[in-house]
Amino acid sequence: MRPTDLTIAGALEALGRRALSAEELTRAHLEAIEALNPRLNALITVTAEQALAQARESDARRTRGEARPLDGIPLAIKDLFCTAGVRTTAASRILHNFVPPYESTVTAQLRRDGAVFLGKANLDEFAMGSSNLTSAFGPVENPWSRRNDPETRLVPGGSSGGSAAAVAARMALGATGTDTGGSIRQPAAFCGIVGIKPTYGRCSRYGIVAFASSLDQAGPFARTVEDCAILLRSMSGHDPKDSTSAEVPVPDFAAACRRGVRGLRIGVPKEYRLDGMPAEIEALWRQGLEWLRAEGAEPVEISLPHTQYALPTYYIVAPAEASSNLARYDGVRYGLRVAAPDSDLRDMYERTRAAGFGQEVKRRIMIGTYVLSAGYYEAYYLKAQKVRALIARDFERAWERVDAILTPATPSAAFAMGERTDDPVTMYLNDVFTVTANLAGLPGLAVPAGLDAEGLPLGLQVIGRPFDEETVFAVGAALERAADFKALPRVRAGA
Amino acid sequence: MSAATYTIEGRTGPWELVIGLEVHAQVISKAKLFSGAATAFGAEPNTQVSFVDAGFPGMLPVINRECVAQAVRTGLGLNAEINLWSRFDRKNYFYADLPQGYQISQYAHPIVGRGAVEIELADGTTRRIGITRLHLEQDAGKSLHDQHPTKTFVDLNRAGIALMEIVSEPDMRSPEEAGAFLAKLRQIMRYLGTCDGNMEEGSLRADVNVSVRRPGEGYRTRCEVKNINSIRFVMQAIEAEARRQIAVWEEGGEVEQETRLFDTARGLTRSMRSKEEAHDYRYFPDPDLPPLVLDPAWVEELRRTLPELPDQRKARYMREFGLPAYDASVLVAEKETAAYFEEVARGRDPKLAANWVMGDLFAALNRTKRTIADPPVSARDLGALLDLITDGTLSGKLAKEVFEAMVETGRPPAAIVEERGLRQVTDAGAIEAAVEKVLAAHADKVAEYKAGKEKLFGFFVGQVMKAMAGKGNPALVNAALKRKLG
Amino acid sequence: MSLDTATVRRVAALARIRLEEAEVARLQAELNGILGWIEQLRSVDTEGVEPMAGGAPRGGPTRMPMREDVVTEGNIRELILANAPDREGDFFAVPKVVE
Repeated sequence: MRPTDLTIAGALEALGRRALSAEELTRAHLEAIEALNPRLNALITVTAEQALAQARESDARRTRGEARPLDGIPLAIKDLFCTAGVRTTAASRILHNFVPPYESTVTAQLRRDGAVFLGKANLDEFAMGSSNLTSAFGPVENPWSRRNDPETRLVPGGSSGGSAAAVAARMALGATGTDTGGSIRQPAAFCGIVGIKPTYGRCSRYGIVAFASSLDQAGPFARTVEDCAILLRSMSGHDPKDSTSAEVPVPDFAAACRRGVRGLRIGVPKEYRLDGMPAEIEALWRQGLEWLRAEGAEPVEISLPHTQYALPTYYIVAPAEASSNLARYDGVRYGLRVAAPDSDLRDMYERTRAAGFGQEVKRRIMIGTYVLSAGYYEAYYLKAQKVRALIARDFERAWERVDAILTPATPSAAFAMGERTDDPVTMYLNDVFTVTANLAGLPGLAVPAGLDAEGLPLGLQVIGRPFDEETVFAVGAALERAADFKALPRVRAGA
Repeated sequence: MSAATYTIEGRTGPWELVIGLEVHAQVISKAKLFSGAATAFGAEPNTQVSFVDAGFPGMLPVINRECVAQAVRTGLGLNAEINLWSRFDRKNYFYADLPQGYQISQYAHPIVGRGAVEIELADGTTRRIGITRLHLEQDAGKSLHDQHPTKTFVDLNRAGIALMEIVSEPDMRSPEEAGAFLAKLRQIMRYLGTCDGNMEEGSLRADVNVSVRRPGEGYRTRCEVKNINSIRFVMQAIEAEARRQIAVWEEGGEVEQETRLFDTARGLTRSMRSKEEAHDYRYFPDPDLPPLVLDPAWVEELRRTLPELPDQRKARYMREFGLPAYDASVLVAEKETAAYFEEVARGRDPKLAANWVMGDLFAALNRTKRTIADPPVSARDLGALLDLITDGTLSGKLAKEVFEAMVETGRPPAAIVEERGLRQVTDAGAIEAAVEKVLAAHADKVAEYKAGKEKLFGFFVGQVMKAMAGKGNPALVNAALKRKLG
Repeated sequence: MSLDTATVRRVAALARIRLEEAEVARLQAELNGILGWIEQLRSVDTEGVEPMAGGAPRGGPTRMPMREDVVTEGNIRELILANAPDREGDFFAVPKVVE
């Protein structure tokens, strides 16, 4: 088997018995990147030399018998995580030259556990988007394409599109992502891989460029549920540098993958049956429930009555927080500055931010500024916070009856680069199934479960109780076993 | 209550003043409100700055427990409600020295609610001034506009230091009251050790809200005079702003609500450069920070360990030491003065101690331009001097002489007494001998005295003291003279 | 509620984003599209509902943790200034502000 086709669990095993060195594994991935990245544009920055150095250190540790939990595993890091000494752009022109002198907690923990960083993955600018089309460093191409239309380039989803594409195309064994409204789960589904957004507070936000602080969560991408579990364990844990980080123990998530689902009650929210939802998605959802029933779980119809308000709520809360979080990009201390010879401070700000931010980011800053401004705060922002509380309460009530919830991950398969770009609201509908978990702070996992008529992957989503990622992994692994998803993207290493 | 309300006489009649203060007090703490950078004054530019303070991407705030404790202590010192649940909001605006693009502050739910302080006015009357609230917030950095012809320089050392904003009710009616209120706040915070009150270094700044009205009227439009950094300027700014508003009203105009600056050189307030838009701070709860929830037991602990406050101390001086109200006020005005006084008074006559501190010591401080924190005579030495008076070693007059020598040389009183032989003579034989000598030398005056010219007694005392180089015990000299003159 | 062009300009000014004339109409249409869609929240009955301010679910932190008053950071001036677009000596520099 090619090293690039290994799972993380498989690679750790091969490294452990010295069938493979970390350097070989890293080299294989760097070659894949060299071959595929010019087309896919999944990585903004490739840190080949650093990766090889890290891999050699890893091999040395292993030789000394000091191997760590992720030793030698090559990963792609979403370019929203600050990495000390390595340019971190958030896919924005305004940070095009920013080199952070500090490391995010999540990436520091991955390094602590021996992971090798291949480079920084492309994303929608400041993680705002569902297509990766808003990146200032160009779009990412989905390695998958339609069976009968291989020429049409599809989006990988977003915002963590580069991470998902890199993992799907075998340019990395795993990747980090962040998820504010679906930014891990939607690209995972579009690219036929697994991704989990853990409970809010599970992973530290320290050192991650903020989009919407009350919604942002880091999480892993990988090609199996177990691999995601392995990565999440390293990424998780209480961090005193993040006041919203939860002080809860980090369990062995990988062990939970083997638990099975016997006796679990699986909620099926009737409000997620959308008008006009493609029949194959509806069918896949039903299939997923059947698989779980066959494994001994019990489907239970539930109601999450405020579901329909989740997206509008999200599109108030997230832009409001973003408008404030992005105020620091002002051309004073780092990043882009644009000024005319006679610019005063204010003019410098306005030129810098006009040139530094792309259209979608500006749109969201404007919306956020507006909904917080005098006279509108109560009608918009406060109202949205109240509806958010109702959405969270819907879930609280559901947990009295069920142990996990199963929904489709996305309302469609990956779409083409030219589609759905005219109207922002149409684009926003991509997150219809994922955004509720962000609003309620719950863990959500996307797992590939089948293909649509055009041969594109479709995913299912498992939502769990707060801090009960273990049940989410158990259900996800059961779906994975039953679906036995073997399809491969057209563009991949070794293809 | 003061007898007459302060008014300013306008062209058309008297006007009353309505004044409220917003005071920004820098919290005494080692580290900043939300970061681990230092707060010391006067450091090299941009050396006391963390990535959090500089608003770098992905940086997050974590609150400093001591800053919270200081706010609670101050709240307790202002007799105010402590809110066990409070929250931080973001106040959004752009400025070069505001790195995050927002200030973390407490808008809707401050840590301290309503309270009150009592102020004392020159005529001896007292007034209660309501406290509306106290909240914690971040300070901004410093912009330097005079370093370069076309650029402003930014130093972020101050960015993120904890401030307490204390807002008063519009309860003050004269510049004097506003000055007394600010002085009282500063005094309380210095006693508590929560703010050093150093207005020159900017650790205490005041914004003043002023309006005027006809006696008996409701409130009229107010203006805010911002960022005043001395008590004297606060009083001057109020007077100047009130007169400006009176002139506007009397000319048939309307006072517009606005923010103004006090031009200390000209003694006038002026409008801040007209803003292109109204401020719209877009406050919302900071999503990086869960609510600030205080443990009631912790608040109780802070209350229990609160130092004695000026009002309590003054009452104790009056009660325990029998000092008059005025003396007690003067002695408690500065924490350091009170500490000095107490050391002098310990185990001695408190009234004698008070007289010496308020009289000779204060005069010496004035003359030598030194402060009570760095006095020319230590409390211990002044105490020792008082002991020499009490045990009869020194007369009052000699003691003053010794004190002056102590101010000059910094040496303890016993040493000065020894060196200069200033010890008072109480030996009856020596006094008697001196008396006899004087009487013998002035037989004529003795005859006059005996014939009824009794005011010559003072002359004899003077002559005896002169003969004894001023060291004779005055009481013993008097007694001996009386006896000899029959 | 529908935004007029003056409001679009005011919001852009508040957000310190320079708008070219040609952008105003497009942004106005887009923002109105989004706001119109958001309007549906008005129909939700939120009487007596406590707003959810943070992102923490049940089991997450309900009060802010507190740090001890210890100086742990600082004296990293070169790192703080390393990314500055304009640096003058030990300061960040910006176009002169006239007070």
